[in-house]
Amino acid sequence: MHIVDRRLNPGGKSFANRQRFLRRAKDMVEKAVREASKDRAIGDLESPGEITIPSEGTREPTFRHTTGSRRDLVLPGNKDYVEGDLIERPQGEGEGDGAGGQVGRGDGQEDAFRFILTRDEFLSIFLDDLELPDLAKRRVAHTEKEGLRRAGFTTTGTPANLALHRTLQTSLSRRIALKRPKQGAIDDLERRLEEARRRDDAQDDATRGDATRGDATRADETRGDGAQVERLAAELEALRHKRARISYLDPIDLRYRRFERFPKPVTQAVMFCLMDVSGSMTEHMKDLAKRFFMLLHVFLARRYKRVEIVFIRHTDRAGEVDEETFFRSAETGGTMVSSALQEMLKVIRERYDPGVWNIYAAQASDGDNLSSDNPQTRDLLQNHILPLCQYFAYVEVSGPNAETHGYVPHHGQSSLWLTYAALQKENEKFQMRRVSRREHIYSVFRQLFQRRAAKTAEAP
Amino acid sequence: MRGELLYEGKDWDFGTIQRVHDAIETIAHKELGLDTFPNQIEIITAEQMLDAYASTGMPLFYKHWSFGKRFAQHEGIYRMGLQGLAYEIVINADPCISYIMEENSATMQTLVIAHAAFGHNHFFKHNYQFRQWTDPEGILDYLSFAKAYIANCEERYGHAEVERLLDAAHALMPQGIDRYPRKRPLNLHMEEKREQDRKEERERLYDDLWRTVPGRARGAKQMAGDKRRALLGLPQENILYFLEKAAPRLKPWQREVLRIVRLIAQYFYPQQQTKVMNEGCATYCHYRLLNRLHEKGRIDDGSFLEFLTSHTNATRQPFYDSPAYSGVNPYALGFDMMRDIERIVREPTEEDRYWFPEIAGTGDEMEVLRNVWANYRDDSFIAQFLSPQLIRKWRLFHVVDDREQPHLEVTAIHNERGYRDLRRSLAAQYEVGGYAPDIQIVDVDLAGNRKLVLHHRVRDGKMLELTNAAMVLGHLANLWGYEVLLQEIDAGTEQVLKEHMVRPEAG
Repeated sequence: MHIVDRRLNPGGKSFANRQRFLRRAKDMVEKAVREASKDRAIGDLESPGEITIPSEGTREPTFRHTTGSRRDLVLPGNKDYVEGDLIERPQGEGEGDGAGGQVGRGDGQEDAFRFILTRDEFLSIFLDDLELPDLAKRRVAHTEKEGLRRAGFTTTGTPANLALHRTLQTSLSRRIALKRPKQGAIDDLERRLEEARRRDDAQDDATRGDATRGDATRADETRGDGAQVERLAAELEALRHKRARISYLDPIDLRYRRFERFPKPVTQAVMFCLMDVSGSMTEHMKDLAKRFFMLLHVFLARRYKRVEIVFIRHTDRAGEVDEETFFRSAETGGTMVSSALQEMLKVIRERYDPGVWNIYAAQASDGDNLSSDNPQTRDLLQNHILPLCQYFAYVEVSGPNAETHGYVPHHGQSSLWLTYAALQKENEKFQMRRVSRREHIYSVFRQLFQRRAAKTAEAP
Repeated sequence: MRGELLYEGKDWDFGTIQRVHDAIETIAHKELGLDTFPNQIEIITAEQMLDAYASTGMPLFYKHWSFGKRFAQHEGIYRMGLQGLAYEIVINADPCISYIMEENSATMQTLVIAHAAFGHNHFFKHNYQFRQWTDPEGILDYLSFAKAYIANCEERYGHAEVERLLDAAHALMPQGIDRYPRKRPLNLHMEEKREQDRKEERERLYDDLWRTVPGRARGAKQMAGDKRRALLGLPQENILYFLEKAAPRLKPWQREVLRIVRLIAQYFYPQQQTKVMNEGCATYCHYRLLNRLHEKGRIDDGSFLEFLTSHTNATRQPFYDSPAYSGVNPYALGFDMMRDIERIVREPTEEDRYWFPEIAGTGDEMEVLRNVWANYRDDSFIAQFLSPQLIRKWRLFHVVDDREQPHLEVTAIHNERGYRDLRRSLAAQYEVGGYAPDIQIVDVDLAGNRKLVLHHRVRDGKMLELTNAAMVLGHLANLWGYEVLLQEIDAGTEQVLKEHMVRPEAG
């Protein structure tokens, strides 16, 4: 008998099959994902989730019987029936009561097919064909910085970069190639020489004693020992000499780690969330804004290794706050959007060098702004912030009933909207949308980040 | 007589597995007279078990989306905790491969080894269905050939093309089985080699000149219908076989893929036909083996109780009115019948002597059982060996559901008058004809419009389910390349009940 331990075999054998399956069911899965994302809290978006798709298209048809005009059932567990009893036809046909369960089954259970998508699969379908705008263009221009990476070994370098392991390897191979005598060999020889000398001395004494006997063979042997001592001594001398000549570590053995410079694309991003928290923002509006920010975060997190978030809230003054405060606490006061932009500029100057960071900003507001502040806001955005940013999205949130109740002031144009509208035309980095209902968030988000066909290549 | 304990507690290591296997082997071969393929026991994780589920238990299989779908299904069920995984999967191969899961306790491993590595193993080696239809020595090599071949096709002809072909072939898989013995035994090694040879021969014979030679003048006189059909081997129930040999528009690689699907279907065919017996045999064997181990003091009382719990769960048969009822449990039916045979052989009653004169009281139940395991399949086994005593124990009754009657009627219960009826009706449910539609290719005029004509013989008004039938016929028409006509014909009256006509998709 053999016992084979397969546990360490590479897993994911079914991966290729799963991909084939997802590809096959692509349209339906996409649709299901959209549906699913509607009822899921955006916070849960990143967790893997179960989706249900209709079985059409992934059906595996075979020839099957319908139930037919007559069914024979043999069932266990008779209690009180006797031959010839008539039984009322049970309601709910096909209630698993076929002992020949092969028949008729399957259709009902095949109508919908439920399975679990991993987080990656879910997000890649969810964010499919969205792209970070202007990323490629920007990267070519600015977002590269130099990095160092290992690139083999070199024979010159600073001691700090000495590659000890490699150096000793070269040394070893050189020693082997040149047949440098080992210490062991020399020790061995010394010992044998010592022995031979001792024997020689003893022989000398013995020879003197035995001389009278004139034993020829013994004399031969004695001579032999004397010769051996000489031979060994010469050999030892040669070895020592050779060992001294071939050094253990030679300058030509030295190897240093080599580093080369390479352009390193910036893979970190900072995301600014700007929000008006003045009294006019209702909970509903904040909820909309939050959802939008979270979508953006999920999206950025997929593209960048590192994403930082900066929360800036403002009334007529602005301040950087933590997430909790940002979404929860309300402030009172007027509304000056420029204050938030100024705060953002300040934070960028202090912590996020635009050469190193990809900067994204999303602003949510109900569109109120102090009229006198509008020119300044526009100027800040146009001349100071947009040049630094990868992208700036403005989302105007309104109450759930805005569309039906004619809330919209200025014939649908809030004061901030009017201010920004001109910018949108001039600058592609700036986009704005309106949203009033939770379920529209996603489509608005998509519109903002839709892959623009004419524009540059793939995202990284 | 009391031996040393094989293991203590729940933990096990490879040494334990080896000891357990050897102890069981001694009992199985010396005392029960089982004869098995050499065993190979492979330890796998839960995820690998799910993988194996998806590809019908085989360790290697070609790629297809339907396996991905199955995997997702099982995974969902498993993750939600609705269902545990099987404790083992056993593969009919030589050596016989049993997969056991790492999280099983030592007792479960013992049970699994007894069940799969000896019970199923013996059954695979001896049952006539398996001997006739499968080639345990060659199966793994053949699967690896199939996997490589299909992967190669995907590369050369594109995923979409291969997927379409496999979809069609899978739809016709149940119709890709020879149900009656063929002339020569199957040898999958030869299959692989033959495909190689064919390819070489084609390459050797290829000469572009042949293209320029004008074809033989058409319009040779129409052959008589009977002769034409005979030449094509019609009627033919093995649709995939027929397509592989005769479909005019398939390319050689497509024929080979059809052949692969067909041979694999054929390999699994005996398993469908012997579910009750196979599980019955394995369950009976593990029951005997574990009892013996316990008697000999090789496993302690705690382990034995753990074994009994699993065993009882596996062989539970809820009654028809229980919410847990979902048909007859093959483990339960198989095990009870084997035990019943043991009883009849050892301590027959008068009734048994009347019903089973050949085996009642012969004394050596293993000899009888070995004979049964070798020479029956589910329907014949039930028809022959379901005893009145077991019918009473199970309290079987027979209900007829006739669409034209307002009521269901109980036609037989577990009494003297009912035994034969019950035995016959239960056996009938395991007949191939009972669940697989009887569909045959009856005619095609290769010289004319090439319309393929099939007949479905309808019994008891069991027509084909429409949506499925339409899709399968669509696949069939695409493979065949021309029109396909399926007639549903009542088996009794020879009346045509319905006709399905399908044209291939353009292209």
